Amino acid sequence: MRAEVLVIGAGPAGIAAATAAAENGCKVIVLDDNVTAGGQIWRGATVDSANTQDVAKQRAMERLQRSGAQVLNGRSVFSADASGTVQTLQETASGNVVEQFHFEKLVLATGARERFLPFPGWTLPGVFGAGGLQALVKGGYSVAGKKIVVAGTGPLLLAVATHLAEDGAVISSVLEQATLAQLAPFAASLWTHPAKLVQGARFRVKLWKTPYRAGCWVIEAIAGSGQTLASVRVTDGTRTWTEPCDLLACGYHLVPNTEIAAFLGCAFRESFVQVDSAQRTSLPNVFCAGEPAGIAGLEAALVQGEIAGLACAGRSHASLQRRSAAERAFGDRMEKAFALRAELRSLPRPDTIVCRCEDVPFARLQGHQGWTDAKLQTRCGMGPCQGRICGPAIEQLLGWRPVSIRQPLFPVPLQAFCFPDASENNTTELIKEKA
Amino acid sequence: MPKLLSILINNVTCQVAPGTTVAAAMLLAQQPSRISVDGDPRVALCGMGICFECRAVVNGTSHRRTCQMLCEDNMTVETNS
Amino acid sequence: MKCFDVLIIGAGIVGSAVARECALLGWRVGVIEGGTPAGAATAAGMGHVVVMDDSAAQLALTAFSRSLWRAESTKFPKSVEYEGRGTIWVAADEEEMAEVGTRQKVYEEAGIAASLLTAAELAKQEPNLRHGLAGGLLVPDDGVVYPPAAAAFYLAEAKRLGAEVFYARALSASHKQVRLSDGTELTADRIVLAVGTECDLLPALPIQKRKGHLIITDRYPNFLHHQLVELGYLKSAHKVTDDSVAFNIQPRQTGQLLLGSSRQYGNEQPEAEAEMLRRMIDRAKQYMPALEKLSVLRVWTGFRAATADKLPLIGPAAGLSEDSSLWLAAGFEGLGITNAPGAARLLVDGMLGRESAIDATSYLPIRLTEPARLAHA
Repeated sequence: MRAEVLVIGAGPAGIAAATAAAENGCKVIVLDDNVTAGGQIWRGATVDSANTQDVAKQRAMERLQRSGAQVLNGRSVFSADASGTVQTLQETASGNVVEQFHFEKLVLATGARERFLPFPGWTLPGVFGAGGLQALVKGGYSVAGKKIVVAGTGPLLLAVATHLAEDGAVISSVLEQATLAQLAPFAASLWTHPAKLVQGARFRVKLWKTPYRAGCWVIEAIAGSGQTLASVRVTDGTRTWTEPCDLLACGYHLVPNTEIAAFLGCAFRESFVQVDSAQRTSLPNVFCAGEPAGIAGLEAALVQGEIAGLACAGRSHASLQRRSAAERAFGDRMEKAFALRAELRSLPRPDTIVCRCEDVPFARLQGHQGWTDAKLQTRCGMGPCQGRICGPAIEQLLGWRPVSIRQPLFPVPLQAFCFPDASENNTTELIKEKA
Repeated sequence: MPKLLSILINNVTCQVAPGTTVAAAMLLAQQPSRISVDGDPRVALCGMGICFECRAVVNGTSHRRTCQMLCEDNMTVETNS
Repeated sequence: MKCFDVLIIGAGIVGSAVARECALLGWRVGVIEGGTPAGAATAAGMGHVVVMDDSAAQLALTAFSRSLWRAESTKFPKSVEYEGRGTIWVAADEEEMAEVGTRQKVYEEAGIAASLLTAAELAKQEPNLRHGLAGGLLVPDDGVVYPPAAAAFYLAEAKRLGAEVFYARALSASHKQVRLSDGTELTADRIVLAVGTECDLLPALPIQKRKGHLIITDRYPNFLHHQLVELGYLKSAHKVTDDSVAFNIQPRQTGQLLLGSSRQYGNEQPEAEAEMLRRMIDRAKQYMPALEKLSVLRVWTGFRAATADKLPLIGPAAGLSEDSSLWLAAGFEGLGITNAPGAARLLVDGMLGRESAIDATSYLPIRLTEPARLAHA
């Protein structure tokens, strides 16, 4: 299939980019690996969803639909090249479908994932990511009546706690590792973002009985009878105590999904994709919007997406630059507010698993020359998540930056590689699994 | 209320609402999605298709990411070991 | 300036095996690694410990080296993942089956166990092969190993015996002097180049890069039991000009499957190529259709260090360099893992002027120098 503008990711940034480009006359296709559009923050968003409470989300979805951009869900991008092709895999109950898309311009709106930091017991059933548990609840897992500790860092924790409480969970506490002193300037700055304050008020209403403890973090998850979670050990740095719970939802803010950008060869600025004021990367036909260009939240994603979409369509985006700069500044303040404390790096014990795919304990990672050496000798990061979970953790624990990204960008069945050569002028090809 | 779907998780029939992901169904049934390399039970962690802890055997095919997959009537799901 | 009896440049599996062999003699050993130990050809390779009979000299070296792997197999740490899986050379049709018979005789004469498998026996050994294949040759004493861990084991043994490792690039190495990128200068009676495909230190090395692709799957325990190689592999490996692919699949101890193989000359791009992958997979599916559903975790490429006669360079660099302190352990093409312990033994024999278990003259670098080739012609 051919698109003038191909957008990868149907979260807020991708939706904004697709809408802007399509409204300005471009043929736009949006690819997303989730079941429905909306990304993580707008997970489950559809135009006719009755329980859609977020007005902004509904408006954005309606406008996207009117723009004429085509949204294709359930597509995981496993191969891409900057000269103009992207390959996706769609897994369905009846078989796998491989598709090839050709583009003139590409917008990477691949969003972010939670950062996980290993601590003793974090592999026990009952321990989830914070956003992870929220996503699973949106997917039909009921937590009604469960006693839950929400922990980690970042603005997501309150949103998660609220959502879980709305599902009937008993939130016993929300533990934020950042200190109040760290958080105060950020909280004060929210006055300039009324939308964010309204959300905050909603959290208050739902969680008025729940203690929100800043400067506290989980040091261990403890199993009861059987191999499931029974309680967590919590500390404020001087005092340590036990909190019984059924579930722990723990995540340490966000890390960007930059694998496709790295594979394409886009230049980076530290962990983020380097972009100019038009959201253009170092590759002239590749743009990047939202979290991969710098963690700055929903509003930044929307404005950056719109800029990228306008730039793809050759339209001016000058009027959006002020808003964009303000949102970037918000992101910078957020980063400072939720900076990780050093103590979190000493949570793993020698036998604490760091790489969950290959069960590599912390002790085995020490004494290596670097990431490549450790990978070769321990298989850390060589499992199906391809280092997406242990990589950011190891960056914190040992200071190693992630190394080369290889094909496929996601595990795919062998047959996915048998798709006809890009030089053959193919549109859509179906490769059905034989029963 | 829409008709419930019937799926088989580790040989036990479970009823779930349409729109439920397979990962959520396995959690509701209190079944691990996979057994780790060293033999420990694991369940979904990230809920968004990144961590691969939720992979299970779906309709006979192993290593399927269940958090990205909706339940279908008469689906069979097993813990990936 | 630090002095050694021998300095080995390159901590791949060959350099590490040589380091251990030298350290066992009580020598002062230095090892120099400018990148990640075992991070180049050793990491890219399959780890098939296999007897190959492309030529009499190749058969002699692979058989000798395999015997060293087997003798040590119980001493390896678990991480080395040595398993005596055996190889099955798969015959697709009756013509190939006739070749299997010829080959068995060659192996028998060399004292290498090998047994014929009928079509039914082959199907029983490997139920995931397609029906209708003619049979095969089972070489039961071949093995499978995880090369980076094996190299690390050799290097750790060398260190235990007193060897010192320098993590820096060797900028120059000649006449008993080695200069490192961090400014260190070292000296030694002998310098061994175990450099894989990196020939900067001795541009006269008659080594060409031969690119290969490999694919690794997720874990599928019991899907496969032996390393399987199509009988046409030798034909494919022989081709010097065209790009070629062959069915070659290995069961890892983890339950993962390692699928090869491709051979390309004159292509030094490290990127995996869609066309080669497709040809490899198409070939593999002709033997094992069930593979197509298995989940692929990673695809990578590597470069084999190929010589004109498909035999390695083991011995003094005489003929390629007038520097008598320079020794070579290089040019192993696709058999670096199999031949590492054997090559280490032959090289040290040569340094000591000691007789070797096999005739080492076929591997002397001097054979590939211009005068030697002219004399041969």
